[in-house]
Amino acid sequence: MTGDEMRAPPPLGLLAELTHRCPLRCPYCSNPTELHRASRELDAATWGRIFAEASALGVLQVHLSGGEPTARRDLPAIIRHAVSAGLYTNLITSGVLTDERRFAELVEAGLDHVQLSVQDAEASSADRIGGYAGGHARKLRFAPIVRAAGLPLTLNAVVHRQNLDRLPDLIELALTLGAGRLEVAHVQYYGWALRNRAALLPTRAQLDAATDTVNRARDELKGRLVIDYVVPDYYATLPKACMGGWGRQFLAVSPTGLALPCHAAESLPGFTFPDLRTTSLQDAWNNSEAFNRFRGTAWMPEPCRGCARKEQDWGGCRCQAFALTGDAANTDPACALSPHHALLDLAVREAAEATHEFTYREMGRAPAPATG
Amino acid sequence: MDGAAVPRFPRGVRLREDAARGRWVVLAPERAFVPDDVALEVLKLVDGERSVGGIADLLAARFDAPREVIEADIAEMLRDLAERGVVVAG
Ligand code: SF4
Ligand code: SF4
Repeated sequence: MTGDEMRAPPPLGLLAELTHRCPLRCPYCSNPTELHRASRELDAATWGRIFAEASALGVLQVHLSGGEPTARRDLPAIIRHAVSAGLYTNLITSGVLTDERRFAELVEAGLDHVQLSVQDAEASSADRIGGYAGGHARKLRFAPIVRAAGLPLTLNAVVHRQNLDRLPDLIELALTLGAGRLEVAHVQYYGWALRNRAALLPTRAQLDAATDTVNRARDELKGRLVIDYVVPDYYATLPKACMGGWGRQFLAVSPTGLALPCHAAESLPGFTFPDLRTTSLQDAWNNSEAFNRFRGTAWMPEPCRGCARKEQDWGGCRCQAFALTGDAANTDPACALSPHHALLDLAVREAAEATHEFTYREMGRAPAPATG
Repeated sequence: MDGAAVPRFPRGVRLREDAARGRWVVLAPERAFVPDDVALEVLKLVDGERSVGGIADLLAARFDAPREVIEADIAEMLRDLAERGVVVAG
């Protein structure tokens, strides 16, 4: 790697995973399968220092996430730290723990925006997917609290085989709840989701119908609702520039204070991620081996090395490369040029014959590593 | 947005300096944009108390330009920004 590639541009966004605690148990949760307990979480003052360092480095937005970030009683203090560092604050929440009084404290602290996740448009299915009875009804009560406080609301719907047919209802739900934006996010298959892949992968027919639905709704709802939608990797021939490229625009910080190039990276073996209890964010971003390892293009193997798209997609997702090929330095198998691309078709065919049973996300229950 | 209207940033939209990149940015839900120099001068004066006319007074004095022309330009720019949800008339 040359000196130029090592000098990284400053990050724009920080994903702050405040806790792994969450009352829901989504079978596709992006948290690592080794969940950390509350006793190891960073305190609010340390988050404050990290936010100040992030802002000085060039971060503009902080996404307060988890687990469920409102499970932290000191969330208002954490938001105040982010606001006084000058960061734009976005709360990513399941909405099931926050009543009017509690939300008023977050607004008072200076919260800018809320992203509310839903598991489905239909209550019984949503509650089954989230593994939490009564959760959907609570979300429906939470959204109006956000809107009444005058905050902008984004609805985030994670979609897969068991709810994709209800995409029209999810769009309707976003309108009913007063969301300005709807994110239709396909499950990303590593960690818990990889374990549940056969129960979650959509069929080609479902996917085509969903893409049509989105295109029509985007036309009809212009000026009322913005819809974010990306075709899932398992049906793609080109990979996505995961996180805008490793160590290029974003970083995540785990509940215990590890700086990560992406929220899923903690599960990659052979890494020592910088510990922000003892390292500054600037040092972690600029100088750590973990952030530098997949920066730029010099680390790439073939077929990426000689490919014209290498500075567009940066070789795709490192976590997916590891999950499916066993080596994080391989070309993302979502790419049709990857020698491992056939693994995706295989998974799609397996899923077509599988049941709808889940392994739910739980503390102290790491799923067995998936094969292939 | 006429001369008497008082523009302000709605909840969830903020203007701030991006010192690391030597510019100012408007931050909004899931997006950010960099205003051009003229828009930036106007947006810096948007505080939820000053009217469009008040902003025109200040900028006319600062740039030694005819006030009516400035006010018309500002009003049009703010109308455009209001359509994109960046400011609201308060
Ligand atoms: S994906 Fe589900 S289980 Fe995981 S943090 Fe979000 S709401 Fe909780
Ligand atoms: S070969 Fe590598 S750089 Fe080229 S498109 Fe595939 S993943 Fe991207």
